[in-house]
Amino acid sequence: MAGYLRPNSVSEALEALRARRWTVLAGGTDFYPERVGKPLDDDVLDITALDALRGIEARSDHWRIPALTTWSDLLAADLPPLFDGLKRAAKELGGVQIQNVATLSGNLCNASPAADGVPCLLSLGASVELSAVDRVVSLPVARFVLGNRATALGPDQLLTAIVVPKPKARRAYGHFLKLGARRYMVISIAMVAAVAEVADDGTIRAARVAVGACSAMAKRLPDLEAALKDRRFAPGLGEAAVAAHLGSLAPIDDVRGSATYRTDAALTLVRRALDELGARP
Amino acid sequence: MSAATSFSVNGGTVRVTAPPLKRLADVLREDLGLTGTKIGCNAGDCGACTVLLDGRQVCACMVPLGQAAGRAVTTVEGLAEGGRLSALQAAFQRHGAAQCGICTPGMLLAASDLLARDAAPDEPAVMDALGGVLCRCTGYRKIVEAVLDVAAPQADSEPAAGSAVGARLAKLDGMAMLTGATRFGADAIPADALWLRVVRSPHAAARFAVGDLAPLYDANPGLVRVLSAADLPCNGFGVYPDLKDQPVLADGVVRFRGEAVLALVGEKTALEAIADEAVPVAYEPIAAVVGLDAAMAEGAPLVQADKPGNLLIDGGLRKGDAEAALGSCAARAEGVFETAFVEHAYIEPEAGWARRLGKRLELHVSTQSPYMDRDETANILGLAPEQVRVLPSACGGGFGGKLDLSVQPLIALAAWLLERPVACVYQRPESMASSTKRHPARIRARFGCDAGGILQAVTMNADFDTGAYASWGPTVAVRVPVHATGPYHVPHVSARGRAFFSNAPPAGAFRGFGVPQSAIAHEALMDDLAAQLGLDRLAIRLRNALRPGQATASGQVLQASVGLAPCLEALAPPWSAALADAAAFNKTGGAWRRGVGIGCMWYGIGNTGLPNPSTMALALGRDGALTFYNGAVDIGQGSSTVLSQICADALGLPLGHFQLVVGDTDLTADAGKTSASRQTFVSGKAAQLAGEDLRGQILRLANAGPDAEIALDGTALRVTDGAARHVIELDSLPAAADGTVLRGEGSFDPPTTPLDDNGQGNPYATYGFAAQLAVADVDLALGVTKVRKIVAAHDVGRAINPIQVEGQIHGGIAQGLGLALMEEYIPGQTENLHDYLIPTVGDVPEIEVIVVEDAEPLGPFGAKGVGEPGLIPTAPAILGAIRHATGVRIARVPALPHRLRAAILAQAGPEDDTP
Ligand SMILES: Cc1cc2nc3c(=O)[nH]c(=O)nc-3n(C[C@@H](O)[C@@H](O)[C@H](O)COP(=O)(O)OP(=O)(O)OC[C@H]3O[C@@H](n4cnc5c(N)ncnc54)[C@H](O)[C@@H]3O)c2cc1C
Ligand code: FES
Ligand code: FES
Repeated sequence: MAGYLRPNSVSEALEALRARRWTVLAGGTDFYPERVGKPLDDDVLDITALDALRGIEARSDHWRIPALTTWSDLLAADLPPLFDGLKRAAKELGGVQIQNVATLSGNLCNASPAADGVPCLLSLGASVELSAVDRVVSLPVARFVLGNRATALGPDQLLTAIVVPKPKARRAYGHFLKLGARRYMVISIAMVAAVAEVADDGTIRAARVAVGACSAMAKRLPDLEAALKDRRFAPGLGEAAVAAHLGSLAPIDDVRGSATYRTDAALTLVRRALDELGARP
Repeated sequence: MSAATSFSVNGGTVRVTAPPLKRLADVLREDLGLTGTKIGCNAGDCGACTVLLDGRQVCACMVPLGQAAGRAVTTVEGLAEGGRLSALQAAFQRHGAAQCGICTPGMLLAASDLLARDAAPDEPAVMDALGGVLCRCTGYRKIVEAVLDVAAPQADSEPAAGSAVGARLAKLDGMAMLTGATRFGADAIPADALWLRVVRSPHAAARFAVGDLAPLYDANPGLVRVLSAADLPCNGFGVYPDLKDQPVLADGVVRFRGEAVLALVGEKTALEAIADEAVPVAYEPIAAVVGLDAAMAEGAPLVQADKPGNLLIDGGLRKGDAEAALGSCAARAEGVFETAFVEHAYIEPEAGWARRLGKRLELHVSTQSPYMDRDETANILGLAPEQVRVLPSACGGGFGGKLDLSVQPLIALAAWLLERPVACVYQRPESMASSTKRHPARIRARFGCDAGGILQAVTMNADFDTGAYASWGPTVAVRVPVHATGPYHVPHVSARGRAFFSNAPPAGAFRGFGVPQSAIAHEALMDDLAAQLGLDRLAIRLRNALRPGQATASGQVLQASVGLAPCLEALAPPWSAALADAAAFNKTGGAWRRGVGIGCMWYGIGNTGLPNPSTMALALGRDGALTFYNGAVDIGQGSSTVLSQICADALGLPLGHFQLVVGDTDLTADAGKTSASRQTFVSGKAAQLAGEDLRGQILRLANAGPDAEIALDGTALRVTDGAARHVIELDSLPAAADGTVLRGEGSFDPPTTPLDDNGQGNPYATYGFAAQLAVADVDLALGVTKVRKIVAAHDVGRAINPIQVEGQIHGGIAQGLGLALMEEYIPGQTENLHDYLIPTVGDVPEIEVIVVEDAEPLGPFGAKGVGEPGLIPTAPAILGAIRHATGVRIARVPALPHRLRAAILAQAGPEDDTP
């Protein structure tokens, strides 16, 4: 018979994870759809009563987004323009009833190639905080998500927070574009997240651009990022992007779109995202 | 593992003992009896289960009971305030925002979440709030209008006697939909029912053997019985009397993925605990015939052994000499157009329950065709039809998909054998895998006209993939040639319709029976001809529009109610304005290009050249009760309301007196199926005759003239004829066993003639006509299409209820948009509402409906049907707009972004701005 545990304290949860194998459950929006017409026979560790894992905090050199932060929480949070891309992803993810319960951390742990959160977090240079009874480790998102539905999460670990470093520059902007075949409730055919840190002289100090749904996991585009560095942060930024910058993507054909189309669309999305980013006042 | 969990529901505290992982939606429905919360997918995709959790909208199908502990849940049952509808519910009722009503609870809760935060939201905010709830009926516009209009005062509008027809009346059955009281197929299942779960083939084609079932029984004490093909007295069904080719349970061979193989009957929780792999069925896959090419190929494997060439039907029509006439045409256009399998995607999956009562069987199901269900089920079980009683539940959407049997024979068999009530509710993936689909078509057509743009000749060759079993394939293949020309006068026509079997779900009836597919072809070719001759696209259609006195392709001379020309004339001003707007917009440059397209259609109302009668009755009881016995099931399109309006005016009493008995095969006469847009026309006429019959009897009793007024006052029927007044005391009249003292009846079978060998005849008594224009923007770089506006002009004969007419058109447009842009069912790949996309609230554009009333003399008060016409011109209009914007003639729908982008890249560049 399936077990169910809904602890109130993180330490209790971590103890449980050390003792045996559990399926962690947060918003359940990936969990339940995978079990339509199937028995609900998992041993489930429901983490939604861990109140310590709620509430975004701005700290001296980073923001801490605890594991139970929902997409709606992100939308409501008072965050600087750096997070505009993540917020836009939040607004376009599923419908409001999904946003109200689904967590950013769950999106990351589920590690779908089409997870909208992953390119956003890559563009933010985020890391995850993984906690176990005996250790807390920090891992950059790029090393946490290992592939299609694969992460570096150990059986005894819980993702307790996502950590976003504060940019060195005073001005930093984020943007996100999603391509889908309908307006709401649609899994992305491709999506792009971009962040630019702008130096006081109006040049780009650092840029991070990531593309999702075009590889087993979302990928950053280091060559493009290098090309953007030191450019003026201004309209027309998109012209910096060329097809070769997207060479590391390996899209597939599926019902949502062909590989050729994804390659082509990703470049358009990257250019537009950068154009719109550069047009920020 | 069960545990006790306490939380609050609609203000009161409840304590539920159930597994903490149990979906809250199931807890509400099963443990608390709150069946107003609906389940359409169990996967977050449809939003039908939306409730408020601590005031915020969530999908109850993804909230574990354990997470509800200590929190406050609001369901639709908690919205009405002190027995009165809330302002939001009242606005829904006023605007006709509920059609079938299955999405309504979710919509109401999503909207109340928004309104609690923002009392006067704008349209984008409403769309954002409702974006997660799917509606397949309404096209969303009336729902959005209702939310925006929530603050308006409630108007009580009870039309006086004789003024129901034409009134913008709220649905008679609408209130119950808004409070959650309406009982759909899954909502009234008795607590002591056993459940039935179908084991389905994972292969498109395979032989199979069922292994030893003993271990399965041993491991699952709650499993009562496993039914297989051998248990069925007659293991075949199908909508044609001579084509019962689909087994209820496959017998050693499966012909499509999702085909039913076994039925497990037992306790609900026991069935849920059985993993698919635990059921011993050994499949031996065989080469599957997938798609038309494979089905038609020389020497293709046969899907059904006795159907050579995989051919189901080859139908055709010939008038004049199309080849010769084409040869002498000044302009000719041709093309091949392809469409995909399209899923009905009603939000209510198939559901129902059955019980045996001695020698009789009762079926409580969600259906479009109670009498056909009765006869088919009786045939399968070896019973007389009268032994089966069908009591239709409310139907949460049908669109043709609930014409065929689904759960009926299985629950009937189980209930009959086990003498226990047995229920079955399909999960979304099995609903999608096993139910019928719109026929994929490949249509090759040629259109030719003279130098003035007057059509001379049409040829059409339409091949349909009919899937593994016949279903409605013959209907589609016969209807399409009749409609091949589109709503235009063409002297020379040659048209052929064929349907081929393949290893895919049976293609059946879906709003339009093949005509939406052929409309894509004829409208593209009309645009081609216009372009060749430099004519305006609307003008060429108007020149060719069928007019009274002209003959159709089947040689039928249309006498009246041929309203395409007035539709086009009504569309002309918005058409010019839209073209000018698009030209101005495109001058501004940018990635988006704007286009305007036009689509026309006609549609024969009712069955094709076959009898299709309906009988209605209206009875006055000795107690003064006025009961309308209406066998036409209302699947959301509003027939219960519309037929009552007609009947009330024919009788001359206000609608308020009407009590309804709908679709109970013991109490109501056969009204035929709710399909082919026939209920308003056919059953409406029967309802009119029934009302007139009763009125005649009353007037005779009172010795009053035809213009006398009737009033019903308790058991007194007062008849006023000028100065003369009569009172008929109903309780003094001799009564039948059921208390009826006066009973009026009406039957109508529209006058048609069968088609001869050349497809000539008068297959329909009347036709609906329409023209729609679409404005769409296309992102050239991404191939994304955004439809901005639709203007829809429809000749409906007479709008008995304009709200319902608009609602049908809106809903049809949304489905037409889906057909054009996003819907494609691929077995095993788009088997859920996550991967199979239907339009959301944000995809349906502004819609302007222009109602043209070119009265049909045969119809009730001049009315004819509108159920299917709404959908048919939409895809052609949208594709025309895409072409106008990009120059690309789409030859295959849906025009998914990647296909449109490829087509844009493949052609030279956008055409210039000629209209
Ligand atoms: C209708 C619908 C539409 C959607 N649309 C989109 C969309 O547009 N874009 C998109 O990207 N996604 C979409 N999703 C998926 C999205 O809702 C999820 O990815 C969501 O963010 C997951 O969060 P959750 O809290 O619901 O995760 P859950 O379902 O609770 O868990 C997801 C997985 O992560 C694990 N997990 C969760 N939290 C932790 C933790 N703290 N530590 C360790 N493991 C953990 C779980 O064990 C599970 O394997 C959609 C889902 C639905 C149902
Ligand atoms: S039933 Fe919950 S979203 Fe469909
Ligand atoms: S009214 Fe919305 S699904 Fe039927």
